[in-house]
Amino acid sequence: MKHILTLVSIALAATASVAHAHGVWIAPSSTVLSAPQFVSFDAATSSVPFMIDHRPLVIDALNIIAPDGSKVTPVNVMKGELRTVFDAKLEQQGTYRLELLRSGFRASWKDAENKPKRFMGTAEALAKEVPADAKDLQVSETDSRMENFVTVGKPTALKTSGKGLELVVATHPNDLVTGEPVELTFLVDGKPTEGVEVAIIRSQSRYRNNTEEKTYKTDKNGKLKVSLPEAGMYWLDADFKDNKVSNKVAKERTLAYVVTLEVLPQ
Amino acid sequence: MRNWVSALIPALVAGMFANQAGAGEINVKVTLPQINTSEYHRPYVAIWVEKPDQSVQKNLAVWYSQKKTDKGEQSDKWLKDLRQWWRKSGRDQSLPMDGVTGATRAVGEHAMTFVEGKEPLANLPAGQYNIAVESAREKGGREIVRVPFTWPVKKAETVKAAGQQELGDIIVDLKP
Repeated sequence: MKHILTLVSIALAATASVAHAHGVWIAPSSTVLSAPQFVSFDAATSSVPFMIDHRPLVIDALNIIAPDGSKVTPVNVMKGELRTVFDAKLEQQGTYRLELLRSGFRASWKDAENKPKRFMGTAEALAKEVPADAKDLQVSETDSRMENFVTVGKPTALKTSGKGLELVVATHPNDLVTGEPVELTFLVDGKPTEGVEVAIIRSQSRYRNNTEEKTYKTDKNGKLKVSLPEAGMYWLDADFKDNKVSNKVAKERTLAYVVTLEVLPQ
Repeated sequence: MRNWVSALIPALVAGMFANQAGAGEINVKVTLPQINTSEYHRPYVAIWVEKPDQSVQKNLAVWYSQKKTDKGEQSDKWLKDLRQWWRKSGRDQSLPMDGVTGATRAVGEHAMTFVEGKEPLANLPAGQYNIAVESAREKGGREIVRVPFTWPVKKAETVKAAGQQELGDIIVDLKP
């Protein structure tokens, strides 16, 4: 049973990272706090980021990491029809990191009757599920990281893992204000990487005629500069493809990174 | 407080004439306006000396509730609403700050005197500064007002600014 659950969540993860048009997001009730307290989160996949209009996000693989590296268990978890809700009690001073890491393999092929078939899951399961004589077989590895940051008191330095696609924000992600441009560096397996495609959308898109999505590409140093002139919650999505697969069954690796950034007024 | 200040000023003025190299002085008068609302809470207020790059040189005063709320929460939960001050200085401080933090104040005029060589002003390097006053009120708004000045003070001068909503007149009276 447990195996099935793992498979299902990996499958969902894979779907989510393909369908970036359907924004995957986690939104905190606060990101800057002056005293320890509860923070509440919404998590969903939706037509536009932060719009509660599609499906709840599966958060089984979510980690909430306290400033001292210990883990905080989410409480009051509620999986609704349209979104998942959970609370976390933030008791330490410093920056908490929420991370949802998802990875797996995706295959598509045609069966003997030329019907399209799909598979999402682990490499081992893929070997079992995909017939040896599958026609037009395409296999890719997916690896995605989704993050949120919340700070109690003074922000603390953040570390990257050196695995997959990651972001380093020159200004601490909980220290963003209007009128101060932000320098972002994207790392692939720990190395600044050129050509990472980034999209940024501000929240509350229902109340304007255009999502005002902005797109960017990292330069040869893996950097890009963005100005976020309006206060609000921003959804940032980054994507990159390469061929550094962990299992030769796949030809390419699809990397994704999603973070929620709150920009406060000056 | 006002009695104390008015008693202090003549003494300091006398001191200034007695010694040409007397201690410079910054008198700050902050008016918290009467706000007509069904539920008024006294604002949290931070007053500091700001450098031209908007970093905080000195914290002069921070007024906030240090009592626990009905739910047993620390009232410093709301300090982040003084968002400029919180970002530039508050979050780096260990609160309460001696001689700086105090209880919230009522509507009206509040006069404070800061003297060179004495905490919290102590020794201010020569330069251009602002007196920054930020106010944030529960179920209300937030406002920041800046009054520029040059230090050390060459001749006595009064500089004024006024808030629109959450702050009234801010009068900075400088004495060499």
